Amino acid sequence: TGYDLFATTFSPDGRVFQVEYATKAVENSGTAIGLRVKDGVVLGVEKLILSKMLVEGSNRRIHTIDKHAGLVFAGLSADARQLVNRSRDEASNYRTTYGSDVPAQVLANRVASFTHAHTLYWSLRPFGASVLMGVYDADGPQLYCVEPSGSCYNYFGCAVGKGKQAAKVEIEKLDLANMTARQAVVEVAKIIYSVHDEVKDKAFELELSWVCDESNRRHQLVPKDLLQEAEKQAKEALQEDMDDE
Amino acid sequence: TGNPPYPTDDPALGTTIMAVVYDGGVVMGADSRTSAGSYIANRAADKITLVHDSIFVCRSGSAADTQALTDYLKLYLGMHSLDLEEAPSVQTAAHLINQLLYSNKNHLMAGMIVAGWDKRNGPSVFNIPLGGGVIPELYSIGGSGSSYIYGYVDANFKKNMTKEEAQTFVKNAVSLAIARDGSSGGLIRTVTISADGVERELVLGDKLPKIGFGQ
Repeated sequence: TGYDLFATTFSPDGRVFQVEYATKAVENSGTAIGLRVKDGVVLGVEKLILSKMLVEGSNRRIHTIDKHAGLVFAGLSADARQLVNRSRDEASNYRTTYGSDVPAQVLANRVASFTHAHTLYWSLRPFGASVLMGVYDADGPQLYCVEPSGSCYNYFGCAVGKGKQAAKVEIEKLDLANMTARQAVVEVAKIIYSVHDEVKDKAFELELSWVCDESNRRHQLVPKDLLQEAEKQAKEALQEDMDDE
Repeated sequence: TGNPPYPTDDPALGTTIMAVVYDGGVVMGADSRTSAGSYIANRAADKITLVHDSIFVCRSGSAADTQALTDYLKLYLGMHSLDLEEAPSVQTAAHLINQLLYSNKNHLMAGMIVAGWDKRNGPSVFNIPLGGGVIPELYSIGGSGSSYIYGYVDANFKKNMTKEEAQTFVKNAVSLAIARDGSSGGLIRTVTISADGVERELVLGDKLPKIGFGQ
């Protein structure tokens, strides 16, 4: 200890504790999942409901960054709001300057640079949020994960938040390369329902979005009927698992 | 006092420039006269400037302004291609230079034609006039000499010409403009860009195509 006071201090074993603590904030949040499939990217999140007085559909965790890009976050929502706004600015500036959609890797790298910059100074604290970005650019659909450290990786499937370990196990069982976005929506719903902890956390709301061929490569919340169908199948799958036990 | 014995006018590219899309690529053409008032500062200027492997810019207006702009564009495109890990598109180059031009429009006199070939869109031509704006076209003409050849190009352009037809079209058009515009002259330079790469050609001043004027 003593090495964890500032983001500008390394510990003797080469760790930056402030960044690790920021990651803890992410791990205390509801699980967020992203799947990149054949024809698009699907994002989903377990929105834990802290009070019955909250209006349904409020406190959005999934945000649209540009026509062809969206993100879901896990962690401190106020911190994430900064990342959302910055992503939108970057995407918009790119379009103004270069005249076309921002490519996934450029957007992800810009957000990662921004996040990383906040781990370099004594006077700033790191962001307590991880962001999963789904972007459908000229090279096809791509999924990137940006963490509080500023690391940025390109994934086929990724999960952040409370149930990320269990979710990753489930994701690895899927054949993502041959799945459609429509099928992936159901899979994401199933995984979120299965990693949700009934005992520790009471109710949750499922938020799902996609950017795929079926949505004309536009990022949008999944249509209501598909959302309901996905939730129905997820509940049934959960029921089967319980019956098996 | 009075008239110093050296040119004091800002060197300008009086100019005739053009670019044409053909089946598989673009042909860009320009004259070679840089004038400072009535003094010809350069009679063999190269007005078609490389800004990336397969993207070139035809320059007209102030020589200083257009050279500064294309220098910046070359730098920005080079850095951008590192981010993209591939060659940028012609559309990107056109919008980038437009940003520079539009933001500084009160201090610049530059009319440019950005043309080239990229993997995703194939051949493209974009006209960037004096005040800014990006206009995608199949064929585009610019510079003071262009006024005299609107009729010729409008009447003779055909879609999906062969490379040879397009090169002849460009040489003829620039030649006609040189004949009528005092600020255009010298030789005709052409740059042909396609998936196969870049080809530069030169038509010397005494070998200009004999077209029109009853020849």
